[in-house]
Amino acid sequence: MSQSVTADSTGDLTARYFDLHEHDHPEGGSTMLGFWIYLMSDCLIFAMLFAAYAVFGGNYAAGPSPRDLFDLDLIALNTAMLLFSSITYGFAMLEMEKGKVGATQMWLAITGLFGAAFLAIELYEFSHLIHLGAGPQRSAFLSSFFTLVGTHGLHVTFGIIWLVTLMVQVAKKGLIQANKRRLMCLSLFWHFLDVIWIGVFTFVYLMGMLR
Amino acid sequence: MSAAHDTHGHDGHHDEGASHGSLKDYLIGFFLSVVLTAIPFWLVMGDVLASKSATAIVIMAFAVVQVLVHMVYFLHMNGRSEGGWNLMALLFTLLLVVIVLAGSMWVMYHLHMNMMPVHDMRQLP
Repeated sequence: MSQSVTADSTGDLTARYFDLHEHDHPEGGSTMLGFWIYLMSDCLIFAMLFAAYAVFGGNYAAGPSPRDLFDLDLIALNTAMLLFSSITYGFAMLEMEKGKVGATQMWLAITGLFGAAFLAIELYEFSHLIHLGAGPQRSAFLSSFFTLVGTHGLHVTFGIIWLVTLMVQVAKKGLIQANKRRLMCLSLFWHFLDVIWIGVFTFVYLMGMLR
Repeated sequence: MSAAHDTHGHDGHHDEGASHGSLKDYLIGFFLSVVLTAIPFWLVMGDVLASKSATAIVIMAFAVVQVLVHMVYFLHMNGRSEGGWNLMALLFTLLLVVIVLAGSMWVMYHLHMNMMPVHDMRQLP
């Protein structure tokens, strides 16, 4: 500061209040914080959907209740798939930090397979419910259920698309700084979806069976 | 913030941005989440506790603990990442989430209470 003041002692205070000599911002230096703030806004979307489910969850319109519809064995399997995909993504991150392209790609692929298994089970559950006549148009309970769980499933779908995209990027360019940053963003996204799923299986499925 | 301070202090600034987990962190987190997931499912599927409201409170407590485990061991949250801004954003979001959830349920509960007599319309004088 003393340097800039002596240089502009004639009365021009611009240098005192503005950063004229802008220092370098490393590329992507603020990406992780920005992505975290995006995740927090996503968290608010889910909070709204959880609130809607909390309000409408008991309005069956003389239709089926959670106890008639949910199959906890299936949900336990689903939860296991997402939990496994979380730890395998963690392994991918550890290999990434070691700079091992092959091992990173392998763990990413396994993560993608677990994610796909989760989606397949969820789609099976949805199609089963719709086949039973318990589709989203049946009651307020089912509308809010499909919106909440479906939005989570949609996030997982986009997560898988993102994961495949990054696997192609890593295959083409290797573990360069930009790819590492992207993998770290997806890591946050993927673990965040697992956190949301804790809320889903607790409040929707387990609490639903207690109604 | 002085210019001199900026040029010197900036290199170290971004290194502390993202904190990484170790293998041990991930394994502890995974083990804890498996336990914290299995117990609520067991409580509900096996009808272990006689009281439903007690079961509900216990599984909600397990969910809260598991979210914290995921935050610490998988998302590597701590007060230092991104110079504390991650934690600030999280706390602000949690405040909004609590307001949204508690507020909606509170308001709608009272609405249901006020609409109760509708069901007994025929018995009204």
